[in-house]
Amino acid sequence: MPKLSTGAEIVFKCLEDQKVEYIFGYPGGAVLPIYDELKNHSSLKHILVRHEQGAGHAAEGYARSSGKPGVVLVTSGPGATNVVTALTDAYMDSIPLVCISGQVPTHLIGTDAFQECDTTGITRPCTKHNWLVKDIKDLSKIIHKAFEVATTGRPGPVLVDIPKDIQFQKTTYSKYIKKKKLNGKKSNSFNKSDIDELIKLMSNANKPIFYTGGGVINSGPKASDLLRELVYLTGFPITSTLQGLGSFPGDDAQFLGMLGMHGTYEANNAMHDCDLMINIGARFDDRITGKIDEFSPKSKKVHIDIDPSSINKNVKVELPIVGDVQDVISSIIKKIKKTKPNFAKSNRQKISKWWEKIQKWRQKKSLNYINSTETIKPQYAVQRLYELTKNKDTYITTEVGQHQMWAAQHYKFDKPNRWMTSGGLGTMGYGLPAAVGVQVAHPNKLVIDIAGEASVLMTMQEMSTAVQYSLPIKIFILNNEYMGMVRQWQELLHDKNYSESYTAALPDFVKLAEAYGCVGIRATTPEELDDKIIEMVNTDRPVIFDCLVDKQENCFPMIPSGKPHNQMLLGPKDQKENKITRKGKILV
Amino acid sequence: MAKSKSAYSVPGKKGKLDTHIIVVWVDNESGVLARVVGLFSGRGYNIESLAVAEVDSKLSISRITIVTTGTPQVIEQIKLQLKKLVPVHKVADFKREDKKVIFKEMALFKFVGNNNRRQKALNACKKYDAVILDNTNKSCVIQITALRREIDKMSINLKKFGLISISRTGAVAMTRGSEVFK
Repeated sequence: MPKLSTGAEIVFKCLEDQKVEYIFGYPGGAVLPIYDELKNHSSLKHILVRHEQGAGHAAEGYARSSGKPGVVLVTSGPGATNVVTALTDAYMDSIPLVCISGQVPTHLIGTDAFQECDTTGITRPCTKHNWLVKDIKDLSKIIHKAFEVATTGRPGPVLVDIPKDIQFQKTTYSKYIKKKKLNGKKSNSFNKSDIDELIKLMSNANKPIFYTGGGVINSGPKASDLLRELVYLTGFPITSTLQGLGSFPGDDAQFLGMLGMHGTYEANNAMHDCDLMINIGARFDDRITGKIDEFSPKSKKVHIDIDPSSINKNVKVELPIVGDVQDVISSIIKKIKKTKPNFAKSNRQKISKWWEKIQKWRQKKSLNYINSTETIKPQYAVQRLYELTKNKDTYITTEVGQHQMWAAQHYKFDKPNRWMTSGGLGTMGYGLPAAVGVQVAHPNKLVIDIAGEASVLMTMQEMSTAVQYSLPIKIFILNNEYMGMVRQWQELLHDKNYSESYTAALPDFVKLAEAYGCVGIRATTPEELDDKIIEMVNTDRPVIFDCLVDKQENCFPMIPSGKPHNQMLLGPKDQKENKITRKGKILV
Repeated sequence: MAKSKSAYSVPGKKGKLDTHIIVVWVDNESGVLARVVGLFSGRGYNIESLAVAEVDSKLSISRITIVTTGTPQVIEQIKLQLKKLVPVHKVADFKREDKKVIFKEMALFKFVGNNNRRQKALNACKKYDAVILDNTNKSCVIQITALRREIDKMSINLKKFGLISISRTGAVAMTRGSEVFK
């Protein structure tokens, strides 16, 4: 007779087959059988978080920085509802997560039992797919399928809801057989003529630009290597979305910086004036395009994306290429090398005027700010942090707000998977638990969460997790006592009515650090900043760094509402002339 | 509308609205209809009518026929989003005006009244393959199959013959000729 395994055992066998090393989770009534089984599986390490949202974000950080799917284990009811924010976040930013949730026993489903909720109903719109396991015989098939769905095509979160009685029932375990196709949904559907067409457009372009996004990162490190090769081969300028940072070196001469609402002057103007836009793995998000009608009016647009539904969703494109970024770029490079070996040389002349124009925009130095000797400017803090950590292969996570934009603007990434930020959903409180996940994946690397004091308080409890597992994450708080981005918008758009954006009664972050059993450091003047940062970097324990920065600083450049996309607000001086109209205020 | 000056979230020009019939072949598993319908409601798309039933019990495949209106861009987006759902096998899309496709809806009408009025009602229904399903000396139930707009019209016109209750299905569709949608 074949060996019978319980549902709980099958869960672990599946995870082992999928080569899962870490689970981020929190126990509870409906997952107790699974937790009971944990002791028999030494290859799997469980990271106990302090809140299920933290488990989700930690798994996201783990996945984003390692390229492997993140695994989350939560209980029914509140366990599942708490993880919804993280699932939605992963869905928006295309991060592969497999969430296993407990459910009340099958016979109690639908009776409003204790800690029951309609988990698959609640998570349906924020997962790629989810399953309620009703029969023990389906369990292993479903879990393997869950990994397949999460990691193939455009990655994303999935959820498997397992009732408690199923976890106890027994059946034989069927091994995982890797299939190539997923329900007939193949990822590459481009052909040679698409590539030929693209190369034709590229050779005819006078004002080309590459606009790259998170898809390059998701395609794997090889895609970033190929992207560099392609960009050098063509000599074209390149700009990146928030999620795409790191796929191309941030300090390279061909890189124009980030684009979009808080992107650089040169990147946004180049996007507006170009005649050929090659979108690689980005999705024409509204923070990028601004007003669709006036978005890059004169350009031919090419969109390379693995997800056919991303194409023509927001912006109509002339040439869609549906495929995995890595495969598409590699075909482009091969074709160019074969048919136009001197592409860069012959092209240089043609696009030289374009580069001259870009250089003029660059001279605006749109990321500049007025530094101070008395107070720490937040931009200065990020710049110093970058200078003092750039040689250490540092991993950066962020929360959401001004600090996030300053980090994106001033921290220059030169490798993929080093930058973890909540872009699509914009989840305050993402950075700290994400740093936990990143540190779990890379125990010997320097992991810093560039944070705001408001965001970080949303998931501060995960410091306890960091301490428990000796994860030496560094929480670098740019503390201005305000919800900075809210305050900025109120200043610019709501007549300086700072409604509820000031946080009175903030905790003493240094004492808070000590209370958690980690190290607290505070910097108050620009003079001492470098020494304190070095002290933080050299501390082999978790650190909360309270960096007291200018309270009134705004994040520029900014595309203000009421202005066309190519007219940016560059700094405090620029502000008066660019008054925002009443109508503009409601429409941001 | 005055020209808005915002750089963000300004509704673009509204394209021409077309009525489309979208046919989706799905695995007949629990929750699959909620996934399909949720995709419409979650993205603000409208469903005019819906018909769903299992068509292959061996492979347990259900066929969902959805009538919806939208701009060409919205319709394209609906199809692509539907294709991304894991239990969805294939998606077909027909314009309502398409001559190559047959559309039919069924309606049940209940009439209450004297013989004379009921006879008149039956006569009015005749051109739509009327079938009498129930007949008493005070009432009758008549089944017709027709196009949506024909049933719309009938349900107004038949009021005078004692029509007191209407039950109708969503549209179902099939291509003409020997071809099948792959």
